[in-house]
Amino acid sequence: MDLSAINPVQLIAFLMVAATPVLLAAIGELVVEKSGVLNLGVEGMMITGAIAGFAATVETGSPTIGFIAAAVAGALLSCLFVVLTQFALANQVASGLALTLFGLGLSALLGQSYVGVKPPATAKIDIPVLTDLPVIGPILFNHDLMVYFGIALVAATWAVLKYSRAGLVLRAVGESHDAAHALGYKVVRIRILAILFGGACAGLGGAYISLIRVPQWTEGMTAGIGWIALALVVFASWKPWRALLGAYLFGGVTVVQLNLQAAGVAIPVEYLAMSPYLITIVVLVILSADKSSAPAALGRAFHASR
Amino acid sequence: MSDVLLSLKGLTKAYPGVVANDHVSFDIGVGEVHALLGENGAGKSTLVKMIYGLVKPDSGEMVLNDAPYMPAEPRAARADGIAMVFQHFSLFDALNVAENIALGMENPPPMRDLAQRIKSVSENYGLPLDPFRAVGDLSAGERQRVEIIRCLLQDPKLLIMDEPTSVLTPQEVEILFQTLRKLKSEGTSILYISHKLEEIRSLCDFATILRLGQNVGACVPRDTSARDMAEMMVGAALKTPERGGRDLGPVALSIRGLSVPAPSAFGTALKDVTLTVHKGEILGIGGVAGNGQDELLSVLSGEVLCAPGEVLLHGDAIGQMNPTKRRKLGVLAAPEERLGHAAAPDMSLTENALLTGSVRQGLETRGMINWSRAKGFAEAVIAGFDVRTPGPGNAARSLSGGNLQKFVIGREVLQDPDVLVVNQPTWGVDAAAAAAIRQALLDLAAKGAAVICISQDLDELMEISDNFAALNEGRLSNPRSTQGLTVDEIGLMMGGAHGMEVAHV
Repeated sequence: MDLSAINPVQLIAFLMVAATPVLLAAIGELVVEKSGVLNLGVEGMMITGAIAGFAATVETGSPTIGFIAAAVAGALLSCLFVVLTQFALANQVASGLALTLFGLGLSALLGQSYVGVKPPATAKIDIPVLTDLPVIGPILFNHDLMVYFGIALVAATWAVLKYSRAGLVLRAVGESHDAAHALGYKVVRIRILAILFGGACAGLGGAYISLIRVPQWTEGMTAGIGWIALALVVFASWKPWRALLGAYLFGGVTVVQLNLQAAGVAIPVEYLAMSPYLITIVVLVILSADKSSAPAALGRAFHASR
Repeated sequence: MSDVLLSLKGLTKAYPGVVANDHVSFDIGVGEVHALLGENGAGKSTLVKMIYGLVKPDSGEMVLNDAPYMPAEPRAARADGIAMVFQHFSLFDALNVAENIALGMENPPPMRDLAQRIKSVSENYGLPLDPFRAVGDLSAGERQRVEIIRCLLQDPKLLIMDEPTSVLTPQEVEILFQTLRKLKSEGTSILYISHKLEEIRSLCDFATILRLGQNVGACVPRDTSARDMAEMMVGAALKTPERGGRDLGPVALSIRGLSVPAPSAFGTALKDVTLTVHKGEILGIGGVAGNGQDELLSVLSGEVLCAPGEVLLHGDAIGQMNPTKRRKLGVLAAPEERLGHAAAPDMSLTENALLTGSVRQGLETRGMINWSRAKGFAEAVIAGFDVRTPGPGNAARSLSGGNLQKFVIGREVLQDPDVLVVNQPTWGVDAAAAAAIRQALLDLAAKGAAVICISQDLDELMEISDNFAALNEGRLSNPRSTQGLTVDEIGLMMGGAHGMEVAHV
């Protein structure tokens, strides 16, 4: 056992990378739930985004096109959820579970010929001087663009929800769709847009795993991160910054346990592997004393009758 | 009469199986307070929804200020100066006052300016409000202020108010009326929907009466008696429930110093509630909705347990007993919400009868259901309470509100309770059915049962109860005999104006 091999600077840098997939998926789902829709299909949309992004990148050689394809694929899959829950008024929980199962199967099918293929590397930013700074350089200024995009998305979501009229209407729809409808807001249209946004974000998160975090394609490679994203939204009390905190905690524990595994600590690998899930949930449960902030209309179907 | 602001011509709207409005025509004058009268289901709500653009009429037309008017959506109606205060408030609990108001405006100014305007308009009309409080924390009267101010900020020409006083104490109603009179004096027309006839007599200039979707007459409320208006609404002579002289027996059920924490964030805690009801007595419990009515019913029915000695039945502690055990002892309850609380919507009437009746009617033996007896019990309820349905096999959801309410009340009454607790027994029920339900409660008491009737309909409570107490923020006032109780006294028992500042207009 050699703990001195663990480099704290690298640890923090890796933490941000490890946290990005769950962060992207969580922020998308947060917007969906704020609009009053519970989409349990995050895992399915993530894995679909993972294979779509992977395939597009391998075929075109451009990770940018890959990420765009992933977002589109995630949004497309969420269209299925839209049709089921917003038009057919199906149960949201069942529809979400179906979406996850469907996404897992679909991605396995699409990915058969990509197993073992290596995708082109995604470029990291390199700012002269800043990137070369000791400690701060590797932590803050030596990542791929998606890491910054994730953080910017959290900030943007927070600002839009808090300060903009669009955010206010979105929150209103999630609070009481009947009242919003009575005031003349298009409840279904707003929810569809939110669901598509959530799908795109989940797709991006999935592609981040297959293109940067791992980078390769294996069946079921999202390994429950979509479910962690869902839990994160609830335990973060639907607050964007708290979701970021939770994602970093998850990423941090993941990186630490990987390092501990590598260092040969005498704890069975299975325990180490489950620790990120366990610790994230325990900490967030403790943090989430105020559950009052749940959108009041969450998970309820809306139909403009009468 | 003043100039015509809005003229309705032959408005018709049909839903599958029911014509909600059938060629309704009338005019609303400028600066006129126009009452729209009618029973539940007479088509009042559908009519105003057409004016407000929420529902499109099948045929007919409207003329606003000499121009054709047919709003495609509420946005268009608001742009034309039509504003509406909803019956069930269209507010968002988790958002603050200013955000709620911004949601109802086309082009809201930035938050800070909006807050300033809310302050000035609300004080101008004698309805003070803090723009940054969460709406979930406001009282019913204050919530209504939010809605009214949301409308006033757009300088409406016509203000539609759908049952605005059903959630207010008499004192709060007076504050509201002063505001409405001020609006009227400034030339705003008001379309006022209500079935409270005395209010209409004191406020409105003109009344149109709807029955089964048709305009069946008009009157000047000041010159028409409440009874005449009521008979125009119902279309028949009203039968007032008969109330025999009753002698109160020994104490049947009592609660002593009971406090229960609020069940949810926007629920109400019960604070030091003390209550006694005798055999043969009807105890009426009034109060504005959301002041602890549901919580009190849960404590009595056994849905919420408390310390054993806090609820006593014939002197025995039953506070720790669940609803089934209490039913066995004769304590029955019919909660307010018909679909989902009092009845399971998608189950048949037989199944619903079984759900509360199995203990007392012996509908099951050793865990096996006796379906023929259950069906017989359901049929007895249907026959005894004139429930209009093809048969006991129909789902509870398929019944109209009034019919289901008759079933829900009848199901408990026929189980021969010692103590019956009902919440809003006639809510949303037409006048004839309401009279039948009240008569059933009176008959039950005459047979020696103790009845606790929780209701927001003060007239109903005055009509049937021997003693009256009011719930206000989870506290129960001391009961008073209903003999000689005045509206003012009742209002004060209900918490007066809830500390709301009186309008200075």
